[in-house]
Amino acid sequence: MDIDRANQQAVDRLVAARPLLTTVATARDVIPGMRDGLLLHAGPPIEWPRMSGPLRGAILGALIFEGMAETEAEAEALAASGEVAFEPCHHHQAVGPMAGVISPSMAVYVVENPTHGNRAFSNLNEGYGKVLRYGAYSSDVLDRLRWMNEEMGPILASALAQTDGLDLRALLAEALHMGDEGHNRNKAGSLLFLKLLAPLVSEVAPNPASCTRILQFLGDTALSVLNPVMAACKAMADAAHGIEGSTVVTTMARNGTDFGIRVSGLGDRWFTAPAQTPDGLYFSGFSAEDANPDIGDSTITETAGIGAFAMAAAPAIVTFISGKPKDAIHATLEMYEITAGEHGHFTIPSLDFRGTPVGIDLRKVIELGITPRVNTGIAHRLPGVGQVGAGLVRPPMEIFQQALEAFAERYAP
Amino acid sequence: MSTLKTEIRPGAYFDSIVLMQLQAALAGLEGIEDAGVVMATASNLAVLEANGLLPEEFSGEAEDLVVAVRGSTEAAAEAALGEVDHLLARRSGEEGDEDYRPRSLEQAARQLPEARWVVISIPGRYAARVSRKALESGRNVFLYSDNVSLEEELELKEAARRKGLLVLGPDCGTAHLGGAGFAFANRVQRGKIGLVAASGTGLQSIACRVHELGEGISQAIGTGGRDLSATVGGITAHQAIDLLGRDPQTQVIVLISKPPSPDVCSSLLAAARGTTKPVVVYFLGQTPPNRQLGDLVFATGLEEAAEIAVRRLAETLDPSTAELVVRSPQQDRRWLRALFSGGTLAQEAALGLRFFLAPLASNLGVEGTIPGSDPARSEGHTILDLGADEYTVGRLHPMIDPDLRLRRLRQEASDPEVAALLLDVVLGDGAHPDPAEHLAPVIAEICQQSEIEVLILVVGTDADPQGIGEQCSRFEEAGAQVFRRLSDAVSYAALRLGRQREASPGPPVALADLASPPTVINIGLESFHDSFQAQGATSLQMDWRPPAGGDDRLLGILDKLNRNGRQRD
Repeated sequence: MDIDRANQQAVDRLVAARPLLTTVATARDVIPGMRDGLLLHAGPPIEWPRMSGPLRGAILGALIFEGMAETEAEAEALAASGEVAFEPCHHHQAVGPMAGVISPSMAVYVVENPTHGNRAFSNLNEGYGKVLRYGAYSSDVLDRLRWMNEEMGPILASALAQTDGLDLRALLAEALHMGDEGHNRNKAGSLLFLKLLAPLVSEVAPNPASCTRILQFLGDTALSVLNPVMAACKAMADAAHGIEGSTVVTTMARNGTDFGIRVSGLGDRWFTAPAQTPDGLYFSGFSAEDANPDIGDSTITETAGIGAFAMAAAPAIVTFISGKPKDAIHATLEMYEITAGEHGHFTIPSLDFRGTPVGIDLRKVIELGITPRVNTGIAHRLPGVGQVGAGLVRPPMEIFQQALEAFAERYAP
Repeated sequence: MSTLKTEIRPGAYFDSIVLMQLQAALAGLEGIEDAGVVMATASNLAVLEANGLLPEEFSGEAEDLVVAVRGSTEAAAEAALGEVDHLLARRSGEEGDEDYRPRSLEQAARQLPEARWVVISIPGRYAARVSRKALESGRNVFLYSDNVSLEEELELKEAARRKGLLVLGPDCGTAHLGGAGFAFANRVQRGKIGLVAASGTGLQSIACRVHELGEGISQAIGTGGRDLSATVGGITAHQAIDLLGRDPQTQVIVLISKPPSPDVCSSLLAAARGTTKPVVVYFLGQTPPNRQLGDLVFATGLEEAAEIAVRRLAETLDPSTAELVVRSPQQDRRWLRALFSGGTLAQEAALGLRFFLAPLASNLGVEGTIPGSDPARSEGHTILDLGADEYTVGRLHPMIDPDLRLRRLRQEASDPEVAALLLDVVLGDGAHPDPAEHLAPVIAEICQQSEIEVLILVVGTDADPQGIGEQCSRFEEAGAQVFRRLSDAVSYAALRLGRQREASPGPPVALADLASPPTVINIGLESFHDSFQAQGATSLQMDWRPPAGGDDRLLGILDKLNRNGRQRD
């Protein structure tokens, strides 16, 4: 067993993956294993009683959205009854930000990686304010989801059908040169996304009002590209998963209660521990007391070598970690210490176009005592309040220790 | 005929500035007439086409990178395409990491790739691990840490020697390399005297005295106190002597140590003599009676060592002993057998020879010699006092009765491994009236029948009744070399039979590693980093922490995994 070689292989595959956004479709029709009565959620596996506020809210909303319950009370009873199955998005080649709930009828982005022939999925971004991903399920939230499903989804599908797929890797590479890091800052990427979609949507929209609604919606949200980017990162990380003898981390995800990781050479086993509360800046009127423990699959960006790992590319948001642009550079330099390679496509101008650090090596995390950095939004701990801040979080060291022990048991008993 | 070659990389985004640089670099390659590197947008493709760089039947998307080169030959165009990745990876080296304190040696080495030294002052239990990594990265190690086991020291030094690198230490407190003091060091001027020291304060004292005398230090290499032990074998001291021997700035070498293991000592002194530079040696508390052997001078104290070294700078080398060094250790005849009638003479000879001849057996109990296993049979180099009790039971002292010594002489001469015999002849009242009468015929017989050299020390005056001149002539006529001073006989034996310089088992340490000012990665005590910077050396301070947070169990797992990986390579 040569761990270094296995890790190199994992990183090479991750970098060689070429995620193309090909269509928007209904979850039930495209996500492997998706079925009625199944709800996908962010993070490692979790049962109803242990779910945190935002995730519970999103589950209730999804049950009402699916027509499985009429009222909050009905939904709550159903969720607790055991008749609804909850499984991680990650078990179904999917990812979702924050609560990350995907139900069978929801429209989802489909990303294909022709290099390795795998696919990945994510839900559509709902914008800001009261949204399902933060656990809101009021009627306006559900109405918006229905509009996304009924109008925006099909039109985006037709728009994308005119292409061979939008190259998300190329989009991200360019966005990193425009001040994005791909997780907390997606302003440039979302504008590039809008720029690519605008002519296509104009071409297929049935009328100007519909076209305007869609472009306006995409353009109003500086996060609109986050979901397809996450699916792209998932497609890349999955390409690196399952390499015998590799200590590269291929999943990092939180469900609002636990933080979990999976490792390329250790199959589908999760290593979990209680999620921590991010350190960060809070919106007016909120404080750390309002914060839910870390939540969401968006850590797939860091797993794929962007997000906090590309912090040096995004000095504009350095205030989330302390204040000076130099700290943004140091954040990325620190991540080189625990990664197995450098990205061949994602480069950072301020580091003389060095490739971003990619492929978290479990061994280096343990040896140096440096856990991966994660840039993240902070959810209110109560369902439906929404985002209360943004900041930095690190996974608990414990899960890397568990994984290292498991790796040694498997490979060096 | 020129050839157009193109490569399309789907979905590879690069900023246009980067691509223009790549294009210019490709166009500058030998045999390349023109190059175009663009993202495949319609307008870019039109430019390529206008310049005759667009292949026929091209199809590509706007996100695709197109690299087109027109070479004078197909091979040139092909070679240029092969350079693309290399050229894209080429950077200015400015990575904005000047004040980042790396946690790992890998990152440190990336930030300061020119560093030739890694200075380690972390707790001993982690020091060997970090040293190993430093050596693996091709850098020399200054190991200040103590509590590194002897086994680890040997392993590290052997690994270093295989790579032509140095490990100074463990427990090395001081050095001057490339004009900068390492760890504890005095500010001394640079000069022509090079030090090799297994003694920290010894090194400092000598350096200070040299400075006071108006001279300076070229390099001062601390080896760590155990380097000259039998286990470590003086690996670092050997490398250091070889290095200073080659260093054009170093004109005189000073070697300081507590008394080394005899085997290490003899090989080290052979190496010292092999440098053909004057070498001053000070083994604490052990100065041999014959203080000079060729260009090797033994000092009696630290200050004196410095003073001799400064004096030797002004002197020319002594060529007189150079031609004596003729024997190679491969020859079958290599042992000295000295059969003394005078006990004190035997002891003095042993004190003079113990640093050069190893293993050296004696019945004298002199430190640095070993007792022979059998009084009746000699092995290796042997010095015997035949006047000792075990030989005089039931017979007269050998000064009066030559019988025992004559028999032993013949016995030694019949040993095919013997190269030289050393005898004393003490004249005067009370001694045998004519020692040559019995000895000369046997000596003649030995000299005729073998290649053995017979060395005779004659102690007496021209007033002695035996007639010293006549005695000497008769020994010389028999084929012996006659000496009137013990130190001359000892020096002769040391030069003829002393260990020869052995070829180093590893590649030489690069002189460039001693270049001024030094460039170091400092792991541990930050005061060392400050000191380097104050001296104008380039130093990068690492933010080192105990691996795996000091959790031995996890560290054990890591080491096991990494070891398994290495073994199966």
